[in-house]
Amino acid sequence: MSAPLGKDLLGLEHLSTEQISLILDTAEPLREISERAIKKVPTLRGATVVNLFFEASTRTRISFEFAEKRLSADTVNVATAASSVTKGETLVDTAKNLEAMKIDMVVIRHASSGAAQFLAERIESNVINAGDGTHEHPTQGLLDLLTLRRKFGTLAGKRVCIVGDVLHSRVARSNIWGLTKLGAEVAVCGPRSLLPNAIADFGVQVFDHIEDAIQWADALNVLRLQLERMTAGYIPSQREYNRVFGVSRERLDRAPRDLVIMHPGPINRGVELDSDVADGPHSVILDQVTNGVAVRMAVLYLLAGHAPALAEAAKGGDR
Amino acid sequence: MTEHRDVLLKGGRLLDPSSQLDGVGDLLVRDGKVEAFGGSIAAPDGALVIDCKGQVVSPGFIDVHCHLREPGREDVETILTGARAAAAGGFTAVCAMPNTDPVTDNQAAVGFVLKQGRAAEAARVYPIGAISIGQKGERLAEFGEMVHAGAVAVSDDGKPVVSAQLMRTALEYARTFGIPVADHCEEPTLAAGGAMHEGFVSARLGLKGIPAEAEEIMAIRDILLARLTGGHVHLCHMSTKGSVELIRWGKERGISVTAEACPHHLSLTHEMVEGYNTNAKMNPPLRTAADVEAVQQAVKDGTIDVIATDHAPHHNDEKQREFSDAPNGIVGLETALPVNVTWLVKSGIVSLSTLIERMSCAPARLFNLPGGSLRRGSAADITVFDPDQAWTVDPSAFLSKGRNTPYGGRILHGRVGCTLVDGRIVYQRMG
Repeated sequence: MSAPLGKDLLGLEHLSTEQISLILDTAEPLREISERAIKKVPTLRGATVVNLFFEASTRTRISFEFAEKRLSADTVNVATAASSVTKGETLVDTAKNLEAMKIDMVVIRHASSGAAQFLAERIESNVINAGDGTHEHPTQGLLDLLTLRRKFGTLAGKRVCIVGDVLHSRVARSNIWGLTKLGAEVAVCGPRSLLPNAIADFGVQVFDHIEDAIQWADALNVLRLQLERMTAGYIPSQREYNRVFGVSRERLDRAPRDLVIMHPGPINRGVELDSDVADGPHSVILDQVTNGVAVRMAVLYLLAGHAPALAEAAKGGDR
Repeated sequence: MTEHRDVLLKGGRLLDPSSQLDGVGDLLVRDGKVEAFGGSIAAPDGALVIDCKGQVVSPGFIDVHCHLREPGREDVETILTGARAAAAGGFTAVCAMPNTDPVTDNQAAVGFVLKQGRAAEAARVYPIGAISIGQKGERLAEFGEMVHAGAVAVSDDGKPVVSAQLMRTALEYARTFGIPVADHCEEPTLAAGGAMHEGFVSARLGLKGIPAEAEEIMAIRDILLARLTGGHVHLCHMSTKGSVELIRWGKERGISVTAEACPHHLSLTHEMVEGYNTNAKMNPPLRTAADVEAVQQAVKDGTIDVIATDHAPHHNDEKQREFSDAPNGIVGLETALPVNVTWLVKSGIVSLSTLIERMSCAPARLFNLPGGSLRRGSAADITVFDPDQAWTVDPSAFLSKGRNTPYGGRILHGRVGCTLVDGRIVYQRMG
């Protein structure tokens, strides 16, 4: 049977609303597997997945690895320092060598935008983008959608504001496409030096003041502020960033409603997000982490060509 | 070289904007010069007769901006392959940019390019010398000696002249030798790390953008320095609506500014980058539809004086990379005419006559080169082409070593039949 998502998952921009909903619907029952004593089903038994990480990552790689192992796939992790890339091997040669070892799927994280597509066009295996440069991070977008959908029931008409460094954020791009497709209203808020000049073309609203964003939103997705943005001169200091754009208890207390707080992690506590908010009652940050495993299981499952309806059946594995 | 043989071009449409010539007739070439044209000319004894019926006979195209990669990167192009590719594209002369390895920044290096060009026996090759030693942007290269050795202009192309003071000095110093100073307009801090035009496409693809202003800021700086110095500034590969407005502003004030645009900036937009297509990566980058339209109009009204290719061959391995790591540039010599005919002439924006003015007459005039005319006594540098013939671009058939083109597989109009340099046939298409 032909895979309902096609060969690869490269981003959310080119997925249909139905495909996104299918992934989320598939993730729901798979979520339960992680709750079991024996967290394993045989769905991907015999399949080989390579986690090809050209950029440092802890949580995304671990999340993928859990998802793969809970579906019984054989996994190999390749990290930059240990790879032959440092010897000058090109991405295309690395890919061809891996494929010659007869693998089924590649999960790739790479610092260059478009690297996942580059790989997907050159190998037969399924490719999952685990973050390419400042382009997309589709599984992060999907886990954010699943988290919000579980919280709100539906995303239609819900107002979600993405706060922070949208310019350099692949999470922001995947969120914008996914949220928009599922009917949410989307806004961004941050210093203009960290927003794309063409941000309005994405069909999102822009807030220059975090206070206004908080008045408007049902949920905030607060992005991590990378230290290198200061050294590159996009903003003067972390201190001032926190004073002007930081999401604090005090600011949230003035909101007309309780805002759901999300963060893709890792958090710079006291910079973009204060600890009492991150750890507060309306934070769903750890739910995001939990949902990340389920969403990645769903993507692996669907890309492997399994029928959507079988997701239910997968529940019937070893207890 | 062999003895000259008379060549009679029979029955073509003789089209030469430099002498307002446009009519069907014969053209006789003798001793490397145009001997006679118009009406019916009887073939002299021993003359080579070429049937040009249905073809345009025009002064040969002159490319004031190409990269032939020799010395240094003979694996991607040599002066020989570049000059042959030029001839196949209807160019009778090309100006080679000095960003070779080593840089063409002295009389010996200029002499080397000339020597290799002559040996090619294809399109004429004119060296452009560097503005600064090693193109480092610090000290002026020896313009006088380079010009004496055969350089026709100076440029640090590939890089902008960052220092306004150095640019000022170059424009002043060049006046003694009557050569243009050609600048690659790019404000380096705004353009740093950029991989494509800054806009919605770059924002979506997550690629660092180069704003139009990076080009425009340097364009107006150079125009103002030309006003200050009275030197002739030639602005390379202008790609934005703002740039042509600034050039127009300068020309209206009598400032000595000339400008070129490239076929790709007259035909393609930044949407071509979709899918991370490295054959759509060049610098300046492909811009928006509004920019393309403005540059097309500037070609029409003469704000853009010349169309130049910025022919930039790269190895396939270098282009088969992550987008941000792939080098800038595409080959252009063998697609310039059909791209220009397809997007400018067929679409009704400029006449064939204007196109020939921008591709032949104006480059000869601005860079003080022979050719650019079919007048009696002119150098017999002539291009014969069929402006209507449709053909499919097949990069593997290029005479250039470069295959990096965004036009592969496209059906374009306009095809070169033969090219004469100094009265000799340097290219004739088979079949």
